[in-house]
Amino acid sequence: MAPQSMLILSALLFAIGVFGVLWNRGAITILMCVELMLNAANLAFITFARQFDQADGQIYVFFIMTLAAAEAAVGLAIVIALFRLRESTDVDELNLLKW
Amino acid sequence: MATLETVAFVLLATLAVVSALMVVFHRSPVISALSLAFNLVSIAGFYLFLNAQFIALLQVIVYAGAIMVLVLFVIMLLSITTEQGLHRSGRVQRVAAPLLSAACAGVLVFAVARGSEGEAFVVSSADFGTVRQVGLELFSTYFYAFEAISLLLVVAMIGAVLLAKKRL
Amino acid sequence: MLKLIWLIPLLPVVGVILNGLFGRRLPLKIVGTIACTTVLLAFGLSVGAVMNLAALPENARHFETDVATWLPLGEMVTGSELNIAWGFGLDPLSAVLLLVVTGVGLLIHIYSVGYMQHERDYARFFTYLNLFMAMMLLLVLGNNLLVLFVGWEGVGLCSYLLIGFYYDQPFDKRTGLSCADAGRKAFIVNRIGDFAFLIGMLYLALEFGTLKFSELNVALAGHHTPGWLLTGIGVLLFFGACGKSAQIPLFVWLPDAMAGPTPVSALIHAATMVTAGVYMVCRMSALYAGTPEAMAVIAAVGAGTALFAATMGITATDIKKVLAYSTVSQLGFMFAAVGVGAYVAAIFHLMTHAFFKALLFLGAGSVIHGLHGQQDIRKMGGLRAKMPQTFLTFFIAMLAIAGIPGLAGFFSKDEILAGAWNGNKIVWGVLSFAALITAFYMMRLTWLVFFGKYRGDEKTWSKAHESPALMTVPLMVLAGLSIAGGYIGVPAVMSGWVGLGDVNILHHWLAPAITEAGGHGAAAAHGAAAAHDAGMETMLILIATVVAVLGLALAWMMYRKDGVAATWAKRFGPVHTMLRNLYWVDEFYELVILRPFYAISRVFAGFDRWIVDGLVNATGVTADIGGQVLKYFQTGLVRNYALMFLFGVLVILYYVVRAVAV
Repeated sequence: MAPQSMLILSALLFAIGVFGVLWNRGAITILMCVELMLNAANLAFITFARQFDQADGQIYVFFIMTLAAAEAAVGLAIVIALFRLRESTDVDELNLLKW
Repeated sequence: MATLETVAFVLLATLAVVSALMVVFHRSPVISALSLAFNLVSIAGFYLFLNAQFIALLQVIVYAGAIMVLVLFVIMLLSITTEQGLHRSGRVQRVAAPLLSAACAGVLVFAVARGSEGEAFVVSSADFGTVRQVGLELFSTYFYAFEAISLLLVVAMIGAVLLAKKRL
Repeated sequence: MLKLIWLIPLLPVVGVILNGLFGRRLPLKIVGTIACTTVLLAFGLSVGAVMNLAALPENARHFETDVATWLPLGEMVTGSELNIAWGFGLDPLSAVLLLVVTGVGLLIHIYSVGYMQHERDYARFFTYLNLFMAMMLLLVLGNNLLVLFVGWEGVGLCSYLLIGFYYDQPFDKRTGLSCADAGRKAFIVNRIGDFAFLIGMLYLALEFGTLKFSELNVALAGHHTPGWLLTGIGVLLFFGACGKSAQIPLFVWLPDAMAGPTPVSALIHAATMVTAGVYMVCRMSALYAGTPEAMAVIAAVGAGTALFAATMGITATDIKKVLAYSTVSQLGFMFAAVGVGAYVAAIFHLMTHAFFKALLFLGAGSVIHGLHGQQDIRKMGGLRAKMPQTFLTFFIAMLAIAGIPGLAGFFSKDEILAGAWNGNKIVWGVLSFAALITAFYMMRLTWLVFFGKYRGDEKTWSKAHESPALMTVPLMVLAGLSIAGGYIGVPAVMSGWVGLGDVNILHHWLAPAITEAGGHGAAAAHGAAAAHDAGMETMLILIATVVAVLGLALAWMMYRKDGVAATWAKRFGPVHTMLRNLYWVDEFYELVILRPFYAISRVFAGFDRWIVDGLVNATGVTADIGGQVLKYFQTGLVRNYALMFLFGVLVILYYVVRAVAV
């Protein structure tokens, strides 16, 4: 098992997350795909931490996780607020800033 | 040489990828959430592989345990049932999204392939991944960041409450 | 006091600043007082400086001071160094001009306080008048050509400002010229001359590496420059003088300059600005000493203009225009004098002309003021009963300009004619004929305005009145100067009659400052002139006197009875029409120069509108269309934005990865 394979896996998961963001219409699903991307990054961090035998990568992951939690909370609150406005979580409903 | 390690790795990898795909493609948001939880747990498995015990624990408790629960709560609260596929963002989106995602994957894999030569992992120290090691680092070098992030959590909490209120 | 001459041009600037910034809110009396006081102080300072100068020994009467460096241009192509400074200098020549400018300027300022009482923009008038004084003094006191040129341009500007003072009033019904147009005409014609002046100056700078008069005089005395270069520069500088001093072909602005208020005509277009050309040419006497060809040109143009302009004065009907043609003619006399080498005579006539021409203009102003704006002499007559002081002073000035013995004009004009006789007999003949015509039209003017029966309407006659003391006192002073001013230049011959010997103060004063033709200095020529045939000179004086009296008599005969003049006009019908239409010079310029110029301007205007503006507009249109096209990217849909986001990120990522990875 080499770092390379872990990193490739991380890359793959990241790409899937990106695709999910671009493909889905539901706001919550998009948020979940963003979590996917963050996790992929976390995986890469841990891989490198292991590679260089340092704790720094793990600290970063710690922070990223915290941030993801905060972001999820706030993001979901926004989704709720928008749901109240538009009666749906479809992001295509939020198109007032068009030309 | 198919050692136990490799088998476990392949297994976990498959699980992770499949659950990720489920998150993206499944119609029902609840199933998506549950798949994500599954994905997070498999990632935790990877962390264990890499001797990062503390982080693995945190992953399960915080990510899979707290965040996913929150997401599920919101899904239930809003009574979202099924999602339609994309149609309003246009044909460009339909074509470009897969392409660009593939390109993204390609670039990253390219970077990885170019950057390393496939050496194996070094033998980690006994200390690696323990709570002790992480804790020591956290409260010395990254002390200010730690304080800042706790502040950020407070702010996020307040923000979330305010944003979701029916009437301010 | 000599050391303070740099202060003299600066004093009127104080008046400009005070009246310019605050004049509108100050009472009229204060504005007038400020303006006159600055000029009074300048006059006082000038007198002191000249007295200091006179205290110096005769051949050391020049003072220079460089106040500040202006253009340290350093090494030139020819190897010499060209550094131009803000320098001021005083020598006998500029002393004469200085006193004339400040003295006559002071009188006119005082006169204007009374004249402009009921006009609008009182403060603006005095601001411009003080500015003019400052610029003229700069011109006179500059010790190098460039400072002179600054003053030269400055007076041109003030001329424009003051001629177009009533900027929205129409001026000439025949041509449809407004006062603003007249101002513009003056400025533009001046600029044509200035162009030639500049080129001449540049050649001078290139050749001699300096523009300072003292250094130029030394360099020119060295006789090293080729004759053709001197002639070229001389003609170019003279062309500049033609513009400023209204000689052929650039005289057309002066008659139309009468659109300005009368004090302006007196100060600028009689006494000071127009004489700047004569002053400049005399300043460069060292240059002209080496080029008899240029001097011949000057003499020809001067004499020709003298005659040409005088003929136009015979038929003019506007009181100020007659005086304007007279000014052009008298300037022609001065240039003719310069052309034949009689520099002192030219300066002498400059001085006396300042006195009596200013007096004539101010008197005309008094008449116009008394008749509430009437300027047509066909509607005047018999005014000597109503305006006795104006009449008396005007009459004295008329006698002076005609050249009646005893008055200032006689001495100066006689000296010019004597110099012309010695220089070029043809010039003498032309000038004498012009003198005859001068006497004629001046008498005509005086008679038609002050004598005979009043030909205007009753209402104006009943309201006609003499001007207030503020206006008549300067008239008196100038009349006194017109009588007495000539006695500082009495020719040796005449002083010989009364057994006095050579008391020609002016000649002695100016001689060291001027280089006569042949390069021997005026002192030697002066001595040589004294040896001239005293009998010939006496004969010339007699001829001049006869000419003057003849002219007066002819006019008296023609105008004392109604109808005589009209008969003669009919008899010489075509000539009369030609004179009335001023030889159609303006029309000629319009056709030959202006119309093609307008056509070219239209081409360039089109270029400006279509191409230059087009380019700018095209830029705007491009931005507009670009926006119209690009706006479709803003669909408002988040996912599209995310897509574009990703695209950008990928591009950057790709380049980073390529650069970093081996």
